[in-house]
Amino acid sequence: MIAAALTFAFACFGLALLLTLWRVVRAPGVSDRVLALDTMVVNAIALLVLYGIWQGTAVYFEAAVLIAMVGFVSTVAYAKFMLRGDIVE
Amino acid sequence: MVWDILIAGFLVLAGVFGFVGSFGLVKLPDPMTRLHAPTKATTLGVGGVLIASMLFFATKQGHLSAHELLVTLFLLLTAPVSAHFLAKANLHRDRPEGLPRPEASDWATFSPGTDTAAEVLAETGDAPPLTPPQGRDH
Repeated sequence: MIAAALTFAFACFGLALLLTLWRVVRAPGVSDRVLALDTMVVNAIALLVLYGIWQGTAVYFEAAVLIAMVGFVSTVAYAKFMLRGDIVE
Repeated sequence: MVWDILIAGFLVLAGVFGFVGSFGLVKLPDPMTRLHAPTKATTLGVGGVLIASMLFFATKQGHLSAHELLVTLFLLLTAPVSAHFLAKANLHRDRPEGLPRPEASDWATFSPGTDTAAEVLAETGDAPPLTPPQGRDH
């Protein structure tokens, strides 16, 4: 039962990742592109944790924490760049 | 068996929420509503995955790790912050039509005079006054 639910969740988050990729490629504005990148990071974290459950190891949580931190910092840096045209003033 | 059903339920719920969030990112009509869908739904989706993973490792392998809680805490703390930044960038760059006007004067984010750092810099004369970029091409 868990294996079937895992497969379903993998399919859902994989499709979600493809949708965000489509949004990054074909976005109406820059802020939509940044939002799509942020969502892509969140989906990647979910896929990593799912893969950790699939493999039965807790190693992938460190990677998930790192990706969460890098994703947050990059989103804030992009938003700052959109607002001011510069990151460190 | 009960734990299996619970874990599978959380996984299915998380998958549905994650997919709906990214689908809303593609489908919704204007930037502010597009901001709404992924920030809520994918946070719930990742939350569901992390709860399922925590239950899985606690019941199947017998050790409870704090890493999932760390990821959950970090995501729940940072998602509103980044969403707020993106909303502010939207307001500055695009000035969406159809927003109600504020009663007193202007939106605080729309008037360059309310940027305290820019005011201080302009008064002390250390640097030319900063103006937020407006009407730039995408």
